[in-house]
Amino acid sequence: MNLFFFKLALIVYAIATVGYFVYLYTLKKEAAKGAYYTLLLGFAFHSLSIILRWVEAGHPPLTNLFEATSFLSWGLVLGYLIIDRRFKQAKTLGAFVLPVATILLVYSSFCPKEILPLPPVLKSFWLPIHAAISLVSYGFFILAAASGVMYLIQERQIKKKKLGGWFKRLPSLEVLDRINELSLKIGFPLLTVGIITGAVWAEEAWGSYWSWDPKETWSLIMWLIYAALLHERLAVGWRGRKAAWLSLVGFMAWLISFFIVNLYVPGAHTYVEWHG
Amino acid sequence: MSNGTVKDHLILIGLNHRTAPVEVREKLSFAGRDLDPLNLFLAIPVVREVLFLSTCNRVELLLVSREPETAVELSKKAWGEANDIEVSLFEKHLYYFRNEEAVRHLFRVAAGLDSMVLGEPQILGQLKEAYRRAAERRATGVILNRLLHKAFSVAKRIRSETGIGSHAVSVSYAAVELAKKIFGNLSGKQAMLIGAGEMAELAAQHLLNQGVSKLIVANRTLSRAIELAKQFRGEAISLEEIEDYLLKVDIVISSTGAPHYVLSAAQIKKLMRPRKMRPIFFIDIAVPRDIDPEANEIENVFLYDIDDLKAVVEENLAYRRKEALRAERIIEEEVLKFKAWLEQLKVYPTIVALRRKAEEIRRRELEKTLAHLKTKLPPEDREALEVMTKSLVNKLLHDPIIYLKNRYHRDGQQVVDFTRKVFNLDGEAPLEASPPESIITELEKAPKH
Repeated sequence: MNLFFFKLALIVYAIATVGYFVYLYTLKKEAAKGAYYTLLLGFAFHSLSIILRWVEAGHPPLTNLFEATSFLSWGLVLGYLIIDRRFKQAKTLGAFVLPVATILLVYSSFCPKEILPLPPVLKSFWLPIHAAISLVSYGFFILAAASGVMYLIQERQIKKKKLGGWFKRLPSLEVLDRINELSLKIGFPLLTVGIITGAVWAEEAWGSYWSWDPKETWSLIMWLIYAALLHERLAVGWRGRKAAWLSLVGFMAWLISFFIVNLYVPGAHTYVEWHG
Repeated sequence: MSNGTVKDHLILIGLNHRTAPVEVREKLSFAGRDLDPLNLFLAIPVVREVLFLSTCNRVELLLVSREPETAVELSKKAWGEANDIEVSLFEKHLYYFRNEEAVRHLFRVAAGLDSMVLGEPQILGQLKEAYRRAAERRATGVILNRLLHKAFSVAKRIRSETGIGSHAVSVSYAAVELAKKIFGNLSGKQAMLIGAGEMAELAAQHLLNQGVSKLIVANRTLSRAIELAKQFRGEAISLEEIEDYLLKVDIVISSTGAPHYVLSAAQIKKLMRPRKMRPIFFIDIAVPRDIDPEANEIENVFLYDIDDLKAVVEENLAYRRKEALRAERIIEEEVLKFKAWLEQLKVYPTIVALRRKAEEIRRRELEKTLAHLKTKLPPEDREALEVMTKSLVNKLLHDPIIYLKNRYHRDGQQVVDFTRKVFNLDGEAPLEASPPESIITELEKAPKH
């Protein structure tokens, strides 16, 4: 049953993505509205699929690559909905974020989806907390990166004095910068909590808080990048182009940590091993 | 009236910024004359409906008349006389449009396609105002009411379906549009005006209209600064204080007459850290330029000079011209629709005559019947009979009327003539002579034998 709703969510997200593309192209309010309600429907299906899987498995569905990627996509959509409520003038953000959410779901749909018994090492109070918080933090970093990309495009348009279609379609620099900042301000504390809970859990499971496993190392790199960005933003007043670029660097680190380290480098987060 | 096709003609006579110099346009605008043009033209006997539109770029007269040639001649004469100008002096500047062409022209005017600044929206308001005045004076009738309402809805449709009204096409609006894309909402932002000048003041006014909360005015002569500050309810400062204020303001409009840069890139770069990198937008409309163009390279500094803004405007105009082509297509579509309605209007006299005749027969026959009855019917029964006969007539006429309306587009006058003959609407044969009636009764009886 959970897979039925998962597929439904995937299809509805794809439709919403098309809706946001139509809006990006035409700037018709109806398109944005239609896409938004479609997205809400997809989000409901997605939430339902996660809840159902939890019930069916008897443990939080955050234990393999399929579940993690699906939950990440869910967190991204949640983050988008929060940002969308806050910034009414930035509807074209959907055209940048929803494709990512959809691609994540497509990607996860290719992963093995069967429910396996929970390996003893994962049987912990910390599993849902550590994994869910970390994954939601990634969602916000994706949002920061998306708004960063949009900022860089818009800034280039204005600086080069070529005011083309993007100039009209993208929100103002100010709004994009504030979305980037807000995503960071939510994402960074979540990542911090994610790392700390991970360390606590590692201590319980293996008797050591930190063992420089590749995932830990990359998470730390990410954390340092975002910490630097947040510090510069708050203390020095960094904003705009530099902040956008740095949030893209952070995003690159995340890509490596999530897709390369998780899959190909052995360690506690190597999802493939658990059902190997 | 005999063939039932009195035709109402739409006539548009006018002159605009392309056909006539302003000296001629203003002479024909009735400006400063103690005379309502509507009254003047309505007084012409062949004129049935009038609308008079006068803006700074055009003067136009829209008429409905059944004798178009006479109406045009008399209107021109009255127009010239009322403004003390010989017809021959302005005749060569006039354009004339009839019927379909007049509809098309009016739609184009309403949508701003005929305006000096392509797609500008003010003309629609002016047209609405002209219509309001004409309607109040009861100078418009069935045709102009419908035409004007249609023109407004066509203009609205074009505005929403094409980009004709988007993209700023004046330097000061282009500057405001840019400011909005940098700062988002302009409310609460501060602007500074260095120097003065018409364009700079216009841009400042636009910014204030968009919610800029405070304007600081810097000028070489402090008295001028104070004067301008009063006008914009801002704060006057001297040129020496500019750097301090640059730490606070978000938008700078510069238009001094200085022969060299007033602000160097290094000066501006130095400001950014104390400003906590808050973006700043320089609009340099001075020639020679006031602000070192290098400043545009500094992060969070955006600098547009007058040529940049003009290039933006030029690009936007090109875009509007492209959109205008789409607008023309919409107009063609709407002109066709309106033409169909106008055509249909021509069958109305026939429909009215048909209804009137049927009603006459109904009433006469009903009265005859009631008079012959032995008992006088109570009012309810009479009412029932009325209703019954009326619906009989309506049902019988329904199909011929639909036929008339629909076939007129295809077969034209023939259908009208045919209908008028079949129903003998032009009263050539007396109603009482009714041999056909007996034949019909014979025929109806026939199958029973």
